[in-house]
Amino acid sequence: MKYLLTGDEAIARGAYEAGVHFASAYPGTPSTEILENLAKYEEICAEWAPNEKVALESAIGASIAGGRAMASMKHVGLNVAADPFFTFAYTGVNGGAVIISADEPGQHSAQNEQDNRNYAKSAKIPMFEPANSQECRDMVLESYKLSEEYDTPIMIRMTTRVCHGKSIVECGERQEVAIREYVKDAKKYVCVPANAKVLRRNLELKLAKLKKYSETTPFNFEEIKSDKVGVIASGPCYHYAKEVFGEDASYLKLGFTFPMPDDKIRAFCQKVEKVYIVEENDPYIEERVRYLGFNCYGKDLLPKYGEMTPDVIKKGFFGEEPAVIAYDESAVVGRPPTLCAGCPHRGFFYELGKRKNVMISGDIGCYTLGFAKPYNALDSCICMGASFSIGHGAQQVFNMTEDKKMRVVSVLGDSTFLHTGMNSLVDVIYNNSNTVSVILDNRITGMTGHQENPGTGYNAKGSEANMIDIEALVKAIGIKHIRTINPNNLKEVSDALDEFLALDEPSVIITKWPCALKKFSKEDKEEFPGAFTKKMAVNRDKCIGCKMCMKCGCPAISFDAENKKAVIDGIQCVGCGVCSQLCPKDAIEWKED
Amino acid sequence: MTKNVLLVGVGGQGTILAAKILTQGLLEAGYDVKMSEIHGMSQRGGSVSSHVRYGEKVESSTIEPGAADILVSFEKMEALRELKFLKPDGIAVVNEHEMPSMPILTGDAVYPKDAVEEIKKHVKTIVLNATQMALDLGNGKVANIVLLGTIIKAMKLESIDWESIVKKQVKPAFVDLNLKALRCGMDAVNL
Repeated sequence: MKYLLTGDEAIARGAYEAGVHFASAYPGTPSTEILENLAKYEEICAEWAPNEKVALESAIGASIAGGRAMASMKHVGLNVAADPFFTFAYTGVNGGAVIISADEPGQHSAQNEQDNRNYAKSAKIPMFEPANSQECRDMVLESYKLSEEYDTPIMIRMTTRVCHGKSIVECGERQEVAIREYVKDAKKYVCVPANAKVLRRNLELKLAKLKKYSETTPFNFEEIKSDKVGVIASGPCYHYAKEVFGEDASYLKLGFTFPMPDDKIRAFCQKVEKVYIVEENDPYIEERVRYLGFNCYGKDLLPKYGEMTPDVIKKGFFGEEPAVIAYDESAVVGRPPTLCAGCPHRGFFYELGKRKNVMISGDIGCYTLGFAKPYNALDSCICMGASFSIGHGAQQVFNMTEDKKMRVVSVLGDSTFLHTGMNSLVDVIYNNSNTVSVILDNRITGMTGHQENPGTGYNAKGSEANMIDIEALVKAIGIKHIRTINPNNLKEVSDALDEFLALDEPSVIITKWPCALKKFSKEDKEEFPGAFTKKMAVNRDKCIGCKMCMKCGCPAISFDAENKKAVIDGIQCVGCGVCSQLCPKDAIEWKED
Repeated sequence: MTKNVLLVGVGGQGTILAAKILTQGLLEAGYDVKMSEIHGMSQRGGSVSSHVRYGEKVESSTIEPGAADILVSFEKMEALRELKFLKPDGIAVVNEHEMPSMPILTGDAVYPKDAVEEIKKHVKTIVLNATQMALDLGNGKVANIVLLGTIIKAMKLESIDWESIVKKQVKPAFVDLNLKALRCGMDAVNL
């Protein structure tokens, strides 16, 4: 049966067909939809984990117990999971195990552009690079066979366009694979140095065999049409290159890129006069080709960053610019992402941004947008769960200055707190930091598109789950000063900040209000009755056109310059009421239905 | 020959669903189809785009600058932003709907006044108010389906059984509304 699938959907489909028993992930663009789709299959136990390290570790456990297992994550997620990743290469598997890394050339939704192919090489874990959705499905099936045959986890390196691009996939049926027998085997799974040294030597033997596989697998294939021009490409770059070099050039398409097929590369390079390398991120293939002694065109001409789409290849290799319409684009205004109308972070950032002599340590999530105008309420954002610890370190140094005037407020979301922020809060309490730590609890994992997390009371399948009480957890860690507030009430926000900034001890503010886009659970309906059920409108007789309401940066509020009145867009407004608290004339009123 | 359809707009306007229905129809009509779109951060009120490519055999899933046969913009300013993706002899479809972006709302910039006039100077342009048409049909949210109708007409894809495709993609209660919206969009194109 043929389906039009995204790469993420095709990975899930492949896992389903391969008889996968267990899958775990933490949401991260562009990998999120893999687990979302795995969760739709009754046969698969698919779970959200609090972070990628936990996701991979539980997949390792499932594999050791004899099940086929998958862990999926975005590229930076593999940094979090790197610790188990490296040693998993040593132990190998019982049931087959596959790790998906979704890289982001062009940084559409990420803080960096790291090339995780380097991880496969560094950890010595075999790697596939699919170019389209069909290959995503096929390579997952092949990975499980390979994983069990060679006793090794397999990594599949995707990129944004593969994850979120749709193409046609020929699918098959699920093959039920029996759970393998669990055999206690300390020499294989207990990585004390005595065992690990043996495993390390064995790993080289496995890699030597996998090198042979790399030379013969049909996933590394040649298309010889020309003895003049040869292109070596991996991932979607193969398709991009075809748009540029056409059907008349020769290609070596690499789908299995660790270990590399050196003999195949040598043979190909000898068949053509000029070799072009097209790949995204680092010159991973190119360095191998040069190491094997062949000259080639690659990152010397192409950009070292961004996506290698056909226009980029044409410009880099041949200096060709596309013929585009010459028009006056000067009037176009940027459209950066913003906090949505009704976003519960708005009121908090509005108040926080007004504070002087405060460093605001931020984190990864929708609330990262607090850095932008009109809030200007974020000073740093490095990685998941970092805000409390970066804030703590900064405060320690500020406290060494003579006037000690700088204070730190650290902010992160509920899902990010449960990801790795908890550890940082332990640091804060243990080292008695006088930072103000803020958990922006919007009852969901927001930025990635509303995934459940351990704090929401539901699991990846949508079934009820044990709900972690964030306030109780914070208390248990040892924080004495805790205040849970409604962030849409500006006075509550301001009072909490005043009180805790005056303290010389650790404190935590929890802002608790659901994301305006969230589908309310029955618990949400009980806890936040009437939320987002009414709208607000400007009473034009009262409005004096002072634009105070616009200072909260709500996309639903615009200004009618002709009549000098603020206007609220009735489609976007969800009635959070933040703007009405800024109006000096009480001109923003509840709308009658 | 591969055809390129570029849908652009603002996060939340429904470009993804329109592209999904379009690609499903093209698949069932026997074309090779590829689509590319970006999810994630850009969806929070930022500029979004869906690239749809179809033909006998499609390689890249993305459309290059100067290569779109049709540019369908769900928002007026976005049409001007992405005009560089249109072929010089391509067709621009512009929804006359204005959504001021944050720099405009904060007073740092002004919404471009003559976006449609600038586009009309260069290419064949179809201007319609799909948002108003959708509101007239009783639901502003089906503006995306009105715009899908313009693509079907402009790309001469009327022979595909869109009714059955729409039925599979939207909830039963909304099928009639969506089919009416589709028809509205098709009628708005007179080439």
